[in-house]
Parts: sequence; structure tokens; C-alpha cells
Amino acid sequence: MGVLLQVNNLQTQFVTGDGVVKAVDGVTWHVSEGECLGIVGESGCGKSVSLLSVMRLIPMPPGQIAGGEIIFEGRNLLELHEDEMRRVRGKQMAMIFQDPMTSLNPVLTINRQISEALMLHMGMNSEQARKRAIELMKMVGIPSAEQRIDNYPHQFSGGMRQRVMIAMGLSCQPKLLIADEPTTALDVTIAAQIIELVKNLRKQFGMAIIWITHDLGIVAGLTDRMIVMYAGHLVETATTKDLYGRPSHPYTQGLLKSVPRLDEARKERLVPIDGLPPDLIALPPGCPFEPRCTFSKDICRHERPKLRTIGPDHQIACWVDVYVEQPRAEIGQPRAEIGQQEGVA
Amino acid sequence: MIGERKANTNDILVDVRHLKMHFPITSGIMIQRQIGAVKAVDDVSFFIRKGETLGLVGESGCGKTTVGRTMLQLYKATAGEVFFEGVDLCKTKGETLRAMRRRMQMIFQDPYASLNPRMTVGDIIGEPLIIHKLKRGREVTQRVAELLATVGLNPYFANRYPHEFSGGQRQRIGIARALAVEPAFIICDEPISALDVSIRAQVMNLLEELQGQYDLTYLFIAHDLSVVRHMSDRVAVMYVGKIMELATRKDLYEDPLHPYTQALLSAVSIPDPIVEAKRQRIILAGDVPSPVNPPSGCRFHTRCWKAIDICSQQEPEWRELKPDHWVSCHRA
Repeated sequence: MGVLLQVNNLQTQFVTGDGVVKAVDGVTWHVSEGECLGIVGESGCGKSVSLLSVMRLIPMPPGQIAGGEIIFEGRNLLELHEDEMRRVRGKQMAMIFQDPMTSLNPVLTINRQISEALMLHMGMNSEQARKRAIELMKMVGIPSAEQRIDNYPHQFSGGMRQRVMIAMGLSCQPKLLIADEPTTALDVTIAAQIIELVKNLRKQFGMAIIWITHDLGIVAGLTDRMIVMYAGHLVETATTKDLYGRPSHPYTQGLLKSVPRLDEARKERLVPIDGLPPDLIALPPGCPFEPRCTFSKDICRHERPKLRTIGPDHQIACWVDVYVEQPRAEIGQPRAEIGQQEGVA
Repeated sequence: MIGERKANTNDILVDVRHLKMHFPITSGIMIQRQIGAVKAVDDVSFFIRKGETLGLVGESGCGKTTVGRTMLQLYKATAGEVFFEGVDLCKTKGETLRAMRRRMQMIFQDPYASLNPRMTVGDIIGEPLIIHKLKRGREVTQRVAELLATVGLNPYFANRYPHEFSGGQRQRIGIARALAVEPAFIICDEPISALDVSIRAQVMNLLEELQGQYDLTYLFIAHDLSVVRHMSDRVAVMYVGKIMELATRKDLYEDPLHPYTQALLSAVSIPDPIVEAKRQRIILAGDVPSPVNPPSGCRFHTRCWKAIDICSQQEPEWRELKPDHWVSCHRA
């Protein structure tokens, strides 16, 4: 599999009255063709800003991409003219947003909104586009698509709106689909429907997917590889199996230990990450996670750790490898066999 | 019914019987006619024992928050009774109700909207003390400082305003305000949903510590089944205004009897790719029905894969299938 998207040393900043917010501060990562990459982190860690930078949807000003490269199929997207970028956006890469209500236009019918991209990028006329839009709506599981295509967004439920968003995203069969917390605003059972849908569509079309989330649970069964971000920095990247089985950055371990699991065997006390995420205007000179880290050493306060390889496809930005220093048996081990009693239906 | 069986037991703190909360839908400008009702809570019965945590889970719009608010008489219940320490709150008014309110408090979901931005933290936490005439003058300041220390904040913060704090810190302020009047019972309405992942554990641990320290009873309302499992002793599952299943934590999660509970549990993902690969999901078709016009018979029959004819015709009875394991389903 070739590399589809390569992000090199990306720096995205926002100029505010209080100073420059380094929302993304020198991150490097890639997605291969057909791969599903998960990006996790808390709000404000730069995960959405990274992907908005890739789509070149950062509002400028106050935003600016201060440095780095975004290579998509051999071209640096940052050097493209806005007209050329418009041909990439929607056609070769598409994005699904968290809140399907605010990202659909309330005064246009669903037909208009799905057809727009088809007419713009695929050169279809309105009749062809309508036909294709109905097909797409059926594909994402919207019942009675022929009638519902003339409805407005408010006539759809949250889950159905998200399906419309997915239909729009897939309309031009992009090579890369970026999903920015697409299930966060949805209920548990509806979120499960959407995840299942995306899994099936991926099998069908083989596009690469970047799934942004703060929920380590959702991406566990979905992704091939994962990136963990903290305060604008990439702190750990590994295959999904390694990230959960051998979490090596203190922040990744902290995240895994601080959420209760549905399959925890007994009532265990959660181990929270103390303190608060840092202010992105005035980051500490050393490791951004140092003030909250229980493994902190002298060097952590003075020098920012660079990404280093600790295993095949496994990199961390930390002076210690926490997994080696203090292996945690309970992480990555099923705490109880929950899968069995749920094998219903 | 649960309440009737256990009504005389001394260890029950809150006993809710056949509670209904219907919000009218009106039409017309000058003369308002009622044309329907949102049946947010439609005949719900349960009890909470002293010192335990009852978890209440369900999807958005199922009525779980309305149950909490109606229990505290923030809404006037359409029908039913809420016994708190043996007194029916629905029949209590005025000064008596105000005195009862001291014993039960609420922690809200949104720590940004539930603190008055024009009041200092000290005034926010001190206000209930003054309203209930518990402390005066310098005693208030002293008590506020104590409370701030209890929830893990610097007592010096009393002079600051809410906007100076992060979400997690604000939630601690909300908890301190609830604790101020030394309540016996606290309704926690999604207290961690608005917080960042790394902060949630801090607040959950704090709530657990306080429960042990002050012998508190919680009604813990949340939509996240893993969180409810972690916090609760017993769990109730709600769907479109009704409780579908209520059991001890162990029974509900290890041996769910209601198809809806089974589907909900299977929809929760576990942060472990190896476990995830082995699990089978029950994907429910369709959306949650509207509480204005709930389906006939069992409310879940439209999405249930086990539904048979009777399910759409007759409302299932609320029965105790196993000791302390209640379910409302024809097929369980």
C-alpha cells in the first residue's frame, strides 16, 4: 500500500489578542491507501485543527499554517491555488463533521446538497445527479429515499442527518474520508448503526479513513493504526493492537486507565490524570505533558522529547518508555469475558 | 410494584410510585387548547436505598432527566407519588417543601450554564446556606472555605468568578454547592458528560469519596453505560418514558433480560481491539420513537428483534423475574 497522505512537520497557529496559540505544533504522520487511521485526544489537542489544515479549511486570519507540508498523492496541498484545492476537496477527500445539524444547510433540500458535489466534480446534469443522490441515500440506509430526497434537514433525525452527511462525503468516491467525531452527538444505539455503516462502506469502496475521536472505545474495533495527540503534539503512534496492548506514553496509559470499561471485572478505582491540559499560548519548554506526568524526570522539564521509534510502527515522544519502566498487566487484557453473554441475535 | 413490596422497609430513602410527567402541547394564540402531550415520564416506579447509588441510563429524550427534576419537584408531576423519608413530596408545598429540599440536591450536566457568571464562587456556594438559614456572617465564609477544600479546590478561590475556572473545576464548584446544605440525597444529572476525558475520572472519584465520607445516596443519571456501571449499585434502563429493566449492577450487565438492555450493552465499545474483534453487535434498526405518540403495547416493539404479536397489542407487566431483577417484557 502506498502512502496516500503525508503530513510533515505541520504547524497551525491562531493569532489572538493574548498571543499566538500553537494549536498544532510540528506533527508528522501519514495515511496509506485504504487504511483506517484513528486520531485521539482531548478537546483542544489539535486533532480537528490538523485535519482542517489538511482540507485547507482553517479560517485565515486568525489562523495560519506557519510551516510544514501536506503531500496528497504527490502534491503539496499547501502550495495549491484555491481553485485547484477546490477540485481536491469533496472529490478526492471529503469530511464528515461532528454535528450534522450545523453542517447541513437548513434552507436547501437534501437533493440540492448531495447533488451539488456531483454536478460540480462529476459533471453530471441535475437529473443524473438526482438519480445518483437517491442511490447514495439508499446505500447509506435511508428508507424511502425517493421521497425523502426532497425533504429539508430538519425533517431528519440526528442519525439520519449523519447518514446524509456520509452520503455527501462519499458522493464522488473520495480516496480519503475524514470523519471528525461523527458519532459524538448521537445516541449509543444510533452511533453503533453509523459505525457499522462506515465499516461496510469501507469494505465496499476501499477508501482510506481518518477517524477523529476522544473515545478510545469507538476506534478500537475500527482502525488499523492510531495517533495520540496532546496539546498540539503527537505523543504516540502505533498499530491499534500495540497502542492498546502496549501503551508506552504516560498520557496514552493515563487515558486508558482513567475511563471505566464495560468489561471491568470488579469495581476498580479509576486512576485520573491529575491537573489540567496546558495553555497553548505558553507551553512549558520541556514536554507539554510533564506537569501532569507521574514519571517526570529532570530532562522532561528542560528539553522537549522528539518522536522516537520503540518498535515496528510504534513511536513515542517521551524520554522514558513507560511500558518498560512499569508494565501494566491489566491494560490490554480483557478483564472479563463479556463478549460471550452478549452473543445474541 | 416495587414500592408496595418494599414500602415498609426502613432502609428506603426515596420511593417513586407510578410517577407520570406529561408536558402539554398547546395550539392557538389567544385561547390555548391542549392538542397533545409529551409523555416524558409515563408511569415509572422505583426506590433507592439509603447509601446506595441507583444508575439511570437511557438515550437522549428517554425522560431520565425529567425523572430527576420531577422527583425534586422542579416540575409538578402529572400523577404519582415521590416519597422521601416517608413524606410524599408531590403533596408538600411552600415552607415544608423548602425545608425538605435541604435534604436533596442536584448536580447539573453543564458546569458552564449552571453557575451564575455574576456571582463569586463564595456567593454561589454560600447562597444555599443563607437561604436555609444554616449559617450567618463569618460562619458562611468559613463553611465555604471548608467546602472548597472538601472538593479539592483552593479555599482562596472563593473570591473568583466562574469564568476563571475550567470545566472540571466548575463541576467541583457545583458539587460544593450541592454539599453545602448537608443533603442526604443528591441527583447527579450527567455530571461528567460535558468534561474532558482525562478530567472525568477526577470527578467520578470525587463523587465516590464524598459518598463514603458523608453517607450520601445518589441517583446517577447518565447515557454512558460504562460510567453507570462503574458508579452504581443498581441500574435502571429507561426507554421512551418507561423503565424497561432494573437490577443490581452485576445482574444487569452480566445477565440482561430485556432485549433493549442487551442491544444497548452490545453497542458500547470497549477500548481493546482484541476484545472488540470477538464481540457481536446487535444493531437496532430505526430511531427512537417520539414520546408524544409512543408505540402501542411495548414501546420497544418497533425496534425489537424478538417482538411477536402480543408485543404490539399489550403493554408488558412490570414484574420481578428474579430477586431484585425487574423487567418489563413479554419475551424475557
